[in-house]
Amino acid sequence: MTGLQIVFIAVGVITFAAAVMVVVSRNLVHAALWLILALAGVAVLFVILEAGFLAIVQVAVYIDAIAILIIVTVMLTRHAMRDDEPQLNKTWIWSALAAILLFGGLLFLFNQVPDLVAQAAPLVETDDTYLEILGKSLVDVDRFVIPFEVASVLLLAAMIGAIVVARPPSSSSQEGGQE
Amino acid sequence: MIPLTWYLILSAAVFCVGLFGVLARRNAVAILMGIELMLNAVNINLVAFWRYLSSEVISGQVFVIIVFAVAAAEAAVGLALIISIYRRKRTISADDINLMKW
Repeated sequence: MTGLQIVFIAVGVITFAAAVMVVVSRNLVHAALWLILALAGVAVLFVILEAGFLAIVQVAVYIDAIAILIIVTVMLTRHAMRDDEPQLNKTWIWSALAAILLFGGLLFLFNQVPDLVAQAAPLVETDDTYLEILGKSLVDVDRFVIPFEVASVLLLAAMIGAIVVARPPSSSSQEGGQE
Repeated sequence: MIPLTWYLILSAAVFCVGLFGVLARRNAVAILMGIELMLNAVNINLVAFWRYLSSEVISGQVFVIIVFAVAAAEAAVGLALIISIYRRKRTISADDINLMKW
């Protein structure tokens, strides 16, 4: 067993345990902090996979922006649900069954595919070259410029929509913008 | 070298944990956290497949970038909806948000 495999197992166990804690934690602030740990574990996995830029974006977008957004929402809605009332709905046992069945099915599927034992070929370029290729292909007319622009328009529309939706009802009714 | 199967098993496990969170939690914010976990599991898969099977084309990483953008949009709109519901109905329990239940 190589050092990289030991690192992977450690990071994988931490990520999985943090994911489980996100789901079972009674206190939502704790769940959000566990979520940050799980996202950081995924960022480390990206580093192990030699996708350094994606690891940085993972930290900047997920751990920074989305985690802060979730924590702020948890704090704004703190008194809506008490921690001591049941956190799982009545059909949680069926949900657990569905999740376990899906996991078992996926494991069965992995056993069926012979190609999955493929070893990773060493990267032919340096990390900087991949970043350059990624950046150029995102704005290349022949490649990914349309998905890239659609994603930016989607993000802009989502931000404007989020502001409109989250505005206090009183101010929107004063301006006649009652939905 | 780490076998590709390990990544797939880890990502399947995280995805299933997220799925359980989405299906079973009552709190709407916790449901969104489950969705984030599922999206991250998908991202692990995409990067692992890019690295192991097609590292000569960059489209695997482009996929992940698009998923990042969609996840950010989803989180912003979802949390704004939750705040709006909380303002109007004073609840964020998914059981009580049944206005459109037929």
